[in-house]
Formats: sequence, C-alpha cells, structure tokens
Amino acid sequence: MAGSAVSMPLGEGSGVLPRRAGLLVFGISAVASALLCLVLGFSPFVWLIFTGLFSLVTITVWSLAVEGRRRALDRVMTVVIVEIFVLALVPLISLVYTVVSEGLARFDVQFLTEDMRGVVGEGGGAFHAAMGTFIITAFATVAAVPVGVLAAIYLVEYGKGRLKRSITFFVDVMMGIPSIVAGLFAFALFALFFGPGIRLGIMGSVALMVLMIPIVIRSAEEMLRVVPNSLREASYALGVPKWLTVLRVVLPTALAGIVTGVMLAVARVIGETAPLLVTTGSIDTTNLDPFDGRMANLPVYVYEQYKFPGVPPEAFIERAWAGALLLILIVMVLFLAARLISRRYGVEIRR
Amino acid sequence: MNQTETMKEKEMVDAQAGPADPIMDPPASPSATATVDALAKRIDAEDLNIYYGSFLAVKDCTVSIHPNKVTALIGSSGCGKSTFLRSLNRMHELIDGARVEGRVLLDGMDIYSPSMDPVLVRQQIGMVFQQPNPFPTMSIYENTAAGLRLNRRRLKKTEIDGIVERSLRGAHLWDEVKDRLEKPASGLSGGQQQRLCIARATAIEPEVLLMDEPCSALDPIATLAIEDLINELKKRYTIVIVTHNMQQAARASDYTGFFNIEKSGDPGVLVEIDETEKIFSNPSLQETEDYVSGRFG
Repeated sequence: MAGSAVSMPLGEGSGVLPRRAGLLVFGISAVASALLCLVLGFSPFVWLIFTGLFSLVTITVWSLAVEGRRRALDRVMTVVIVEIFVLALVPLISLVYTVVSEGLARFDVQFLTEDMRGVVGEGGGAFHAAMGTFIITAFATVAAVPVGVLAAIYLVEYGKGRLKRSITFFVDVMMGIPSIVAGLFAFALFALFFGPGIRLGIMGSVALMVLMIPIVIRSAEEMLRVVPNSLREASYALGVPKWLTVLRVVLPTALAGIVTGVMLAVARVIGETAPLLVTTGSIDTTNLDPFDGRMANLPVYVYEQYKFPGVPPEAFIERAWAGALLLILIVMVLFLAARLISRRYGVEIRR
Repeated sequence: MNQTETMKEKEMVDAQAGPADPIMDPPASPSATATVDALAKRIDAEDLNIYYGSFLAVKDCTVSIHPNKVTALIGSSGCGKSTFLRSLNRMHELIDGARVEGRVLLDGMDIYSPSMDPVLVRQQIGMVFQQPNPFPTMSIYENTAAGLRLNRRRLKKTEIDGIVERSLRGAHLWDEVKDRLEKPASGLSGGQQQRLCIARATAIEPEVLLMDEPCSALDPIATLAIEDLINELKKRYTIVIVTHNMQQAARASDYTGFFNIEKSGDPGVLVEIDETEKIFSNPSLQETEDYVSGRFG
C-alpha cells in the first residue's frame, strides 16, 4: 500500500501521505462501517461492502487533496485490486468457516476410531471411510505415478514426431474426461469380467488412476522441461549414456517438483465422489481389502450421511460435516507436505 | 581459403608453404615437448561439413589439432566456432536435425565411423562449457566423481577419493574446497564452479579437452586462474578452446584458428590456422589481419 518511494519534485500536489496511510484508512473505514451497521442492524456482508466503499472514497479524496492526481490514481488502483482480492477470498473463507464450525461438533476420537457397524442413530464414526480413502487413493497413486512419470520422460527426453504429438493430444483428452465417465469406465471394465453388480475398492482405484495419470504426466513434463539442457550436455560430455543421464542427472534435479505434482494430483482426486459412488459402493463396516467387496470412503460416506439421514437426522448431518472436515484436513496436509518437500529438497534451477 | 588440408607433418613443410595452406607443424622445439607427461591424442578433421537440418553451418573444414598443445579458435559470433568444437566430440548431433559429414580422426581413428559409440568418444574427448554447469543435486565431491560414478566404473571408495583429490588439485581448487567437499556445488563462486567443471571433465582422464568459451562468464581474475590452469593442463591433454577474447587466444594458446563467414546465412569457414604468434603478428591473409587488429568483427 506504500506509495512510490521516489520523491518527484515536479507535478501537482507536493505532499505525501503518511506511511501505511492505506492500512489506516482501511482500519478507520472498518470501524466506522461496523458502528453504522450496528446502529442500522445490517449483516456482516453489508459491513464488508461498506468498508470497501468507504476506504476507496476516503483514500481517493485524501490523496487527491495532498498528493495530486497521479499518486491518487495509484492509490485508487491499489485499493481496488486489494478489495477484489479479498472478494475472491470470500468463498474460500466462507467454505472453510462453515465446514469447520459445523464439522467440529462430531470431530472427536470416536469419529476417528469407530466405523458405522450397527449404528442406527447417534455415535459411530468414519474410521472405515478414512481407511478406505487411504487405501483406494494409495493404489491409484501407485499405479498412476510410474505410468505418468515414464510417459513424461518419454515426451520430454525421447519422443519425437507423430507418436509424441498423439500422446500429447490424448493426454489433453484424458484431462477433460468427466470423473463420472472414469468411474463408469472402471465399472464397465470390471463388469465385463465379474458381471454387473460387482463392487470392489480396487475398481475405485482404477477410476481414480484414470483421472490421475494425465495430471501426473502434465506436471512431471513441466518439471522435466525446466531442467536446463546444460546439465544434460554436461553429463553427455562426461561420456554418460542417455538413459543414465535421465536417471541420475535429470530425474534427481526434477524430483522435488515431480513429488509436488504427484501430491497435488492426489489431493485433486482424493475428494472425487462420483466415480467412487458407482465403483466402490458403500458399506458400514471396516473393509481393508480392496479386492474383496465393497469399500467405504470419505466422499461417498459424506454423501450417504447427508442424503439418507435416519433418526435422529442431526446425528447423520453432523457426521457428514465431520467427514467433510476430515477430508479437507487430509487435502490440506497433502498440500503442506508438497510445499515442504519442494522447499526442503527443491533445487534452485538457473536458466 | 578452404583448401586447408591435413598433411602428414613432413610433407607439409617441404611441399607447401603458401597462404592457402596455413597448417603448420608443431614447432620442433625440444623445450615444449620436454614438459609433456604423456603424449595425448591428436585430432584431424577432414572435409568436415556441419549441418543444422538443411542449413550448412560450417563448410569444408580441414584441420589438424596437435597433441599437448592449446589450439584457440577465434572469430565473430555465429561463424561456427562452437559448432565445429561440438562436432569434435559428437555433441553436435544431440541437437534435433543436426548432422556432420566428413571425418574426424582421433589418432587416426574415425570417431564418426558407424561402429563408433558416441558415448565412448565423449569419454575420450571431454568438454567444458561456457556457463559453469555443476550438477545442482550433487555435492562438490559427487560432482567431481560424477563421470566415474555415472559410468558405473567399479572403483573402491579410496580410489575415487584419490581421483577426486587429484582432479581438484589439478584444477587448482583443492585448497579452496577440501574442507567442504560434501557441500552443494551451487555454493561456489562462478570461477570456482568453472574450475570444478574442469576437474569433473579431467577426472575421467580424457585425451582431449574441448572448452567452449570457458571464461566468458567469469571476471578477469577468475579468467586468469583458468588460463594458468589451461597452460598446465596441456601437459596432459590436447586442448581446443573457443574464445571471443583475442588477448586470451594470444596469451593462452599455441595455435590459433580463425573462423569467418561472408555474410549472415552463409556457412562459416576456417580461414586460417597457424601458430598463435604468427596469426597475431604476421598472418598470411588480409582477412585475418583485419580481424585480429580489430578492424572488423
């Protein structure tokens, strides 16, 4: 919010607003509009709008009076950009706030350690669903990462001509597959062998794998491309064959980025509901074997608790919120891990 | 000016001594050869035409590079010096569509013959690049040993230790890094990184060392350190160095080759190559004279 540090002797308006004038104006506007809203009995949303408008007007007038037109315009644009940024954050903050406040009611030890066997009303937990989500996602990741990373290596290091172009094209197409279609694909595939009505945890993994592969390819491709060519050349000049160069020079340099990409891909698919709904089914007991029967998982658990509440319905709704909170926490941990890994092991790449 | 030809050394002196044939014998001064530890290999390029796709970048280049000597290649930007250099250890062909016609003989063995493995060629003809490029994931020690390790040579830890120390000493870097061998190489200064790259290239004991403007990213002091180093390295290696700095060519090399192009888009040609002293004092061709005296380019 600080104005330009360079003092300009020329032009209209010689004064300069005090440092942090912007923050000051925001603060005063916030307090003033809070008072106004209290008096008139308006909602916090109106307070937010009032704050934005007040600070915009105040800073414009103040800056125009003291600093002149050029700096006033700079102030106005700065304020507008900051306010639009805050506006963009509103949905995120609102979502996190709602999930946390609603979910905390049942986010207890029982919820994390028990499944739903024999639970008809209150009590019960999401242990089976959380375990199912971990297992299904883990299998999907184990299958998708080698395929994705190897495909990316092919595209960046080896591929040329028509095959490379067509693979790139099909990766684009895969990116656009709606998740339900991936689910139906997995369902159809297994139904061919085991007949319709089959429900397995591994079917969910197959569906998620189909969704993950293009994401992993894209991010790994991106990371391999930023590895400077000079490193490959240095390795070749030492008489190192190409495959060893890729394995020992290129991959380690890009590793942190690839791991980050994989984490983000996992975070992206871990909340998929539609494909799991048609492939894994839902079940109340803990099933840890993805090759044997239905397997619970968090997204479907949340959906079922919310969609088919029993008596009393509050218990079911609360469990749904707590499940959503757990899912968000898992995703957040994955994101944080990705950031940590890229910061801790990331190699500074000079271009 | 393109009729430069490889000559068996004796024929050359008697048979031809015109401006059109500037390749000279290595001077038969005994003092120069006395300091040589072991004779490194020579390179003879014959009728080398180097292409990028259909674009001819270097035309009809024939040149002999003498063992245990420093040969500098000078010339304006884009005239094919680096391209020529990279064709000497088959790095040129790594670029999409790039190819080479003609022969490059390493002690009489054609490195472009179909039976030749480019990987083995590069193990014998090492290269140092314009930008220092140590591997960022590796420590100083690992960088120096990279050529040995990546080629999976079966060596004992103590043997590798010895080679690393010898290479770093050879690159005048040992005293500066001996206490932090396990630290990442990216922490070194530019000049140190370049010396590390030289140590890395020499650790696998090549016969020839190619240097592509090794000092252009360095300050004058680091440049001087590298030049001293080059002067010592020629006891063991044959060195070819591309440089934009004519003082550097004059200071550090025994032979100097001058590349030029007629105009942009034309192929580069090796105009003249001769003993450095002759090129800088009394070149055979006006074109060379103009360039080294700074009248163009």
